[in-house]
This record gives sequence, C-alpha cells and structure tokens, in this order.
Amino acid sequence: MINPTLSVQHLSVEYRARRGTVKAVRDVTFDLRRGESLALIGESGSGKTTLGLALVRLHVRAARIAQGKILYQGDGPPYDVLTLNHEQLRQFRWRECAMVFQGAQNSFNPVLRIQAQIYDTARDHGLNSNDETRQNALELLRVVQLDPQRVFRSYPHQLSGGMRQRVLIALGLLLQPKVLILDEPTTALDILTQRAIIDVLRRLRGEYQFSLILISHDLSLAAELADRVATMYAGRIVELGDVEDIFYHPRHPYTLGLLQSVPTITGEFENLSSIKGSPPDLIDLPSGCKFHPRCPFATEVCKQVDPPLVAVERDHQVACHHWEQVKTVVESDGGRVAADGSRTSSTLRPPSAVAA
Amino acid sequence: MSALIELDHISRTYSVDRQTVKAVDDVSLVIAEGEIVCVVGESGCGKTTTGKMVAGLITPTGGRLLFGGKDIWAMSRGEFARYRESVQIIHQDPYASLNPAHTIGQILSYPLRRHKLVKDNQHERERIRQLLETVDLTPADDFVDKYAHQLSGGQRQRVSVARALTVNPSFIVADEAVSMVDVSIRISLLNMLTRLKRELGVTFLFITHDLAIAKYFAQEGRIAVMYLGRIVEIERTEQLIHSPAHPYTRALLSAIPEADPRLTRAKERVKLRSLEIPSLLNLPSGCTFHPRCPLFEAGLCDVHVPPLYALPDGHHTACHVVAREFVPAQVPAPEPLLVA
Repeated sequence: MINPTLSVQHLSVEYRARRGTVKAVRDVTFDLRRGESLALIGESGSGKTTLGLALVRLHVRAARIAQGKILYQGDGPPYDVLTLNHEQLRQFRWRECAMVFQGAQNSFNPVLRIQAQIYDTARDHGLNSNDETRQNALELLRVVQLDPQRVFRSYPHQLSGGMRQRVLIALGLLLQPKVLILDEPTTALDILTQRAIIDVLRRLRGEYQFSLILISHDLSLAAELADRVATMYAGRIVELGDVEDIFYHPRHPYTLGLLQSVPTITGEFENLSSIKGSPPDLIDLPSGCKFHPRCPFATEVCKQVDPPLVAVERDHQVACHHWEQVKTVVESDGGRVAADGSRTSSTLRPPSAVAA
Repeated sequence: MSALIELDHISRTYSVDRQTVKAVDDVSLVIAEGEIVCVVGESGCGKTTTGKMVAGLITPTGGRLLFGGKDIWAMSRGEFARYRESVQIIHQDPYASLNPAHTIGQILSYPLRRHKLVKDNQHERERIRQLLETVDLTPADDFVDKYAHQLSGGQRQRVSVARALTVNPSFIVADEAVSMVDVSIRISLLNMLTRLKRELGVTFLFITHDLAIAKYFAQEGRIAVMYLGRIVEIERTEQLIHSPAHPYTRALLSAIPEADPRLTRAKERVKLRSLEIPSLLNLPSGCTFHPRCPLFEAGLCDVHVPPLYALPDGHHTACHVVAREFVPAQVPAPEPLLVA
C-alpha cells in the first residue's frame, strides 16, 4: 500500500489559560491518504480548527504541541513536520501543504490588487518567475469559474465574498501542494455561493492531484465532498470512516446524535432530536468518555474509562464502549436511508429510552 | 383566524453615500393569529429589516404596519404601549443580547417591573421561576443568580426567549434565533418555541437563512421567500418545499447541500445564468432576479416589475413566466425588442 500523505500520530495540543490548561486536541491519530478528501466534523470547541492549524504549525503562541508526530510524505522521503526549522517550514507551507483559514476572504490586503497578492505569495514561497505564476494563476482562476483577467486586476473590495473565497482556493493551489486544508470554506456564504464553492472544489479535485482536509461544523459539506469523515468531540476523534458508513451506519452515539439533529429539505418531516446538555468545558473535562454526560447509551464503565479509537469494521474506527449497541439500534431501524436513497423517518433511541 | 399583523405595502430605504438603498421594497403580508410564518432569504434580502419593522423597532419609509387593524405609527400613546407589550423580538446573537453585568434574575425582572406585571418581590420571584421553567431552564434556582457568561449558547438563547415572554406577548419575531447555537441543540430550541406556540398561542414571524430550519419550524405554517427586498414567493410550507413555483426558490432548493451523501450528490441543480448577486445600490430593472434567472425573457422580465401573482393552486409568486401558464390575462405583454 502507498504511504499516506500525512500520518498524524498521538497529537495533542494545549492552550495555556488563566484557569488552567485547555486540552484542545487530545491524542489524535489519523492518516490522510493520497488524493482523498477527509472531513473533520464537530461542533464549536471540538478542536478541529486547532488540529488544522497544528498540521501546518500555525497554532497561536499560547498553544503548545504537547506530544505527537505529523509525518509527511511528499515526493521525497518522509519527515516529521514538528521537527522542521524555520526555513524548512516555509518550504513546507504552501508548497507541500496549503491552508485556507476560516473567514480568510476578509483578510486580503485592501490596497493591493489581487495580482500583487498572488505574486507576493508565490515569491515568498520560492516561485520567482512572475510569468510562470501568472500562467498558473490564470489557469486556476479559470477552473474556479472566475473571469481570470478581470479578477487579476481587481482590488479585493471589487469582488464578492464568494469570489474572494474562490480566489483563495485558487491561491492555495498555486504552488501545487500535495495537501490543501480548508477551514469552514462555505460558512457565512449564501446558499447559491456555497453551491458554487462546492462545485468548484469537486472540479478541482478532478483536475489536480491533491489531498483535501475539510474542517467544518456543517455535516452537509462533508456529505457533498468527503471520501472519509472524522467526527471530533472534545478534542478527540471519536469516529472515523468512509463517508457512507458515517452517514448511514454510524457507530458512535455522538455521530448518531449529530445526524439526528440536522433537518433536511428533501426528506419527510421526521422526528428529529437534539443531543441533551452542552459541549464540555475543555479545562475541566468529564472523567472517562468525555461524551458520557450527554450520551443516552452511557453506563458505569463510560464514567471510568475513556474508550480508545479501535477498528470495529473494515476501515471504520470508533471510540465507544457501546458501539455494538449503537449498531443494533441503527441497523434495526433500517439505518438512516432506505434503499432508494430516501430517508426513513427514524426515531433512533437506545433500547433503554424506548422502554421508558 | 383573524389578522393579527398586517404589512401593507411597506418599504424601507436607507441613504448610503447620498444614494438610496431599498432594503425592503413594497412588501405585503398578512399574519393570522396563532400562525407561524417563516421569512427566508440570503444575506441582504431585507428579512431582518422586515422583522425590525414588524417589531416596531424601525419605522417604514413607505406603507403601513397594522396591528389589530391599526397603524402602529398612528397609535395613541396607550395603544402603542399595548402593542409594545404584545410584540417581542428575539435577536440572533445570544452573546450580545444579554447584559453581561446582570444576573439572569435581574434581566428577567426589569421588563416585569417596567410593565408593572408583578405585585411584589415574592410575586416577581415566582414569575421568574415560572418563566425559566417554561423555557426548560430547570431547576430554575440554579439559573437565577448566574450571569450570561456562565451559560452555554443554547441556554443564553433560552434566557432571551424567557425575557421575551415576560410581557406575555401574543406575537414574537425571532430573527435567526437558532443560527448561532450549536447544531446538536437547535432542534430542542425549535421544539421549545413550537411548544410555546401550542400552549400559549403565540404567533411567530421566524426569520432564517436556512430553508431546512424554516421547513421544520413552519411545518404547519407558511414560508415567504425574499430576494433583494421583495417577497418573490409565499406559500404553505409543504407546497413551497415540494413544488416551488418561483425560479429563485427552485434554484435555492436545488442548491442546498444536505447532510445525506447519496441524496445530495444526486440532486438535480437549477442552472443560473449568473452567480453574482446584484448590488442593492444598482438594482436590475424589471424583475430583480432577471440577470440570473433561467426563465428570463427579454422585453418582459427586464421591463415589468412582477407583482405577487395569485396562482389557482394557492401559490403566490412574483414571476411573469410562471404566472403566464396559469393566469395569462394578468401578465403584461412583452415589449417589442429593438433590432439594431
């Protein structure tokens, strides 16, 4: 098997705060395979953005990588991103691994034309020929469905939010990185603009070879674009698997709860439900499994032991003591979707709750 | 059901750099007692401005807002005070709408006192406890002395709802009331609001950019779709979602990404002619959707402003081309095209 592009091993990131240490990312291990698109989903405070930033070592100063490795394998021999020095890191960022931050469409320099900002970026990361940059950039702008000449000469305020987001995605791919990380690429954009971004990303993935990490709280973005999905809760990956397995055969109560809390347009009026309680305090985490205070499946063992992420089925990992029970509930109800792709009106609850 | 609130051709313009921006343009809508109406649309479509006018927070620059048949801006002082008690607004951001220096108990006590709704301190405490229980913040005693920063986003939004309920309103404007709350607890908030409607008979104007949320909350109500300051379609929720008439509504519904991989990847999309949203400062002539519309007809759509046509099936839609199928007599004839 070919080595994964990124292999993250036991990564933990902490923030120092006055009240104590915020454990934002805890012991995260996953592989980003060559050419795949992996979605990190979870609610605010689940650690997904911190994880993304740590991958390119752009976490804020107050954050510290407490442990772990980030093994990267591009065309050359593999190396640990955490051991790179300043200059090597500069080469790694953008050339090997580019990231588009959340809300970055608002962080262009307002007094420079787009072309100047593109040239600057390219030069800073070692591409010195403006002609070559220009050629690559125009091509990419065309692929993201913009008028390349016009955008090139524009100032940022002359472009809409959706256009700027597409410019950023094009800019991210300018130096042909092996990995592109997008943090909430469609958040705060209108529906029709979101659709345009999704279509553009699908098209880019068809035309260029890169692996994609999508960070989003929005399950539908993962449903649209991900090959695999990782659910994060309180800084850990609690479930990781193929997109269809995660959406139609979830094995973690949190993933199941998230899926049940999102209404859809096309489906019938189904019985939706919220997850009780609210996300935990990251400084003062619950004992055992961090989800247990909110979990309908929780038992005594969940309060004591934080379950490890283990493979339960082919290419499907879950961190839950009671995944088999979740499986029984999900599969007995016919899962989330009927054979024809339409939703069943599912009221998935653990047996105990049904009996009550 | 009698009309509780009536928007009678209301408009709101703003001046920006000596130019006029039409935030809301000639919107008419009748909301019956006990009804739920959702207003959906993208940013800048005028849905929040509409909500604020309904809540009496800003004055319309044209048209009238009728409450119980009376124009609120022509009311006597006493009548206006009663209107103020009857209509409450819940804002989008529960992090900004609660005073950080006051406890939850204090936040709820001010309107009770201001409107003289409690007799004494004992009564006030009871009422506050009752309000907190109504919005599922139990046990109430745990919340009374807390400050907003000690609560989660969802709990804060419940406090906002409790505050709106202090004056026993008959009508609540909820402006994006769940969009800043974590996904996993939105449904419970919506269910709580639905319960208020059922138990207290509260009428809702629910403003959201999320059609799926609108569909869930207005299951038995109506949805109005706004685009660039105008209502382009209004219809009972089920019909609007399953058989949208206006091309903009169709485009929106087909574009929405959904949390279901097979379904969302297989959806058929409506192709728009342009992705760019026109500027409110320079609105297109005729139908403002015409530069993007797949049904565009030159000489018709770029010349005549479409009214909300009432179609035989109950749809109200502002589209000449769709309306011509059903009510051809009402649709203006296209202007002859100039041939150079």
